[in-house]
Amino acid sequence: MQFSLHTKLNRSVKVMAVCTSMLLSNSLQADEVEFEVSGNIALEQRYFLKEALDAEQLSHSQTSLSIEAGFYWQWNDGNDSVIFTPFYRIDSQDDQRSHGDIRELAYIHASDDWELRLGIRKEFWGVTEFQHLVDVINQTDGVEDFDGEDKLGQQMVNLSLVNDWGIVDVFLLPGFRERTYAGEEGRLRGPLVVDEKNVSYESSAGQQHLDVALRWAHSVGDYDLGVYWFHGTNREAYLSPSPQAPTLQAPTPKLVQYYAQMDQLGVDVQATLGDWLWKFESIYRSTGLEDFWATQAGFEYSFIGVFESNLDLGLLMEHSWDSRGEVDLGAQGSLMQNDLFLGARLAFNDMQSSELLMGIGSDLDHNAFSFLVEASRRFGDDFIVNLDVRLLQSNEKNDLLYSLSNDDHAQLSASWYF
Amino acid sequence: MLTKKLLLSVFTTLSLALISNVSFALSAEEQKGLDISMEAKKRDLGWQDSTADMLMLLRNKQGQESIREIKMKSLEVDNDGDKSLTIFNKPRDVKGTAFLSFSHPVDADDQWLFLPALKRVKRISSRNKSGPFMGSEFAFEDLSSFEVEKYSYKYLGVEEINGLTNFKVEQYPVDENSGYTRRIVWLDTLEYRVHKIDFYDRKNSLLKTLTFSDYKQYIAKHWRADKQEMINHQNGKSTELKWSNYDFKTGLSDSDFNRNSLKRAR
Repeated sequence: MQFSLHTKLNRSVKVMAVCTSMLLSNSLQADEVEFEVSGNIALEQRYFLKEALDAEQLSHSQTSLSIEAGFYWQWNDGNDSVIFTPFYRIDSQDDQRSHGDIRELAYIHASDDWELRLGIRKEFWGVTEFQHLVDVINQTDGVEDFDGEDKLGQQMVNLSLVNDWGIVDVFLLPGFRERTYAGEEGRLRGPLVVDEKNVSYESSAGQQHLDVALRWAHSVGDYDLGVYWFHGTNREAYLSPSPQAPTLQAPTPKLVQYYAQMDQLGVDVQATLGDWLWKFESIYRSTGLEDFWATQAGFEYSFIGVFESNLDLGLLMEHSWDSRGEVDLGAQGSLMQNDLFLGARLAFNDMQSSELLMGIGSDLDHNAFSFLVEASRRFGDDFIVNLDVRLLQSNEKNDLLYSLSNDDHAQLSASWYF
Repeated sequence: MLTKKLLLSVFTTLSLALISNVSFALSAEEQKGLDISMEAKKRDLGWQDSTADMLMLLRNKQGQESIREIKMKSLEVDNDGDKSLTIFNKPRDVKGTAFLSFSHPVDADDQWLFLPALKRVKRISSRNKSGPFMGSEFAFEDLSSFEVEKYSYKYLGVEEINGLTNFKVEQYPVDENSGYTRRIVWLDTLEYRVHKIDFYDRKNSLLKTLTFSDYKQYIAKHWRADKQEMINHQNGKSTELKWSNYDFKTGLSDSDFNRNSLKRAR
């Protein structure tokens, strides 16, 4: 089984490689090729304020080093290009967090009214800030950070058609990526570790199921609209405790991952009206186990030049809703079924691009809070320093935040860009 | 009764104000100021599209410098503001960030930002005209294309700058979101090229002076200054703009200014 999966994966990679090389040889003539390298190396230090709940977890300090490089070739006036973005992280504590990924390895051909993108890529959809509900193409690289904004590269064939009435994107997505989760030593996880080896799929094709997506996006005056339909493997696994009896080697049960097939309809709208940005995202997801609706909606208001200075202040408010309502921990459902988020973003508009972001999240159905501060500033020409503080608190045992309430932490990182 | 009277008097004042705006012709100075500005715009029409590289040198009071490297692509749009694509190369942490703008003479501009780390296209508010561009002494409005409708005008006379006779025209921004009460612009009488602009802040005190130098003519028509220097008199900081690789009529079209081109801009 394992063997055949690999041969299938190899085959689809080979097919893509052959297609790419055929397209390349067609368009790559005597034309000059421009080449560019860029990237960053980041050193990150996390400090957890309290002892871990689980003895196996790291106690306070976690250090890691990451590198992301971008190799870029373009020719034919930039209408043909190849991008390669490898990524690797080494973590001092969590084996699962030491990992690598090909974020991008893709060939792009652009014509006047269409574009073909072939290979491993990232594709982002959505308009809101506190939750990216409609963003569905790429799997979350869960070990990277708490906000879930880091994504794994996704194999795809993407044809983009530009029309007067909007841009239509067709996606064929072979090769599913499993989500990454914190390991036994890692923090910011629930009481049970997710078993990366115990994974099952609804589709008999498993990781080789060919997912498809179709999206339309358009700007009409002050409104930006997007609608899509996705059919394929749910990026969110259903997690359940392993039914096997505890053994000496594995005294505590682990969580088993089950990836169902889903159909998902998504809508995102932003109205940009003067100083106001009104944002709305909604999905309807249907799997073999459940059907539900969810929305994320809110606004952002900007004050330009507050306190008679160059500072800009943005105020954000968003609400999350999920038709599944409050659920027990371990049962399927959303953490954000009736949650309110407030945020303030202060941009100093100085030479160092200093920025400060504060946010509070609160569950309106029970007593749970999250609080975050993110500050960043440039030093010299090529260094960026980030300081993040996250405090998590919950009185509700069913809430994931309850199991994370010992995971309050500060994170300092210094990145060098080249 | 009282409110009725009040309403009536408000109405009368309003309609008087409206009528006076329409019926009273522009004064001779206002008309001349407008004429000069229209001529300057007219002389530069027909460039179709252009590309150029921009180097920004930010200097603070202590003389510390910081560099911004930017590539610009612009498309002339008939009977509307221009379309532009701004691609950031330096500082290195913002490399790959790109900014798409559809400007309009009177209505708010449409603006999108592409953030490469998340691969996210974000529609942003174009109300922020007075804010600094990339931490420089240039405000967003200082870098947007000149449209006659954006100001009302007053001719102030002639003055000599660098051996050239210049018209001196005062401009009053129409948009209430502008950071200025007025600008004084010097244009040479020969080619209608801008040589100097004084900016007055919301309190009407002198804020900045922008000087243009090293003018070059492209495709035998369009004049562009290779160097622009903005000095902020209030905080002692300055920003120098150096333009290079100007190219006109390169064949850019609408399709080079949409979400897709924003995402792959380099």
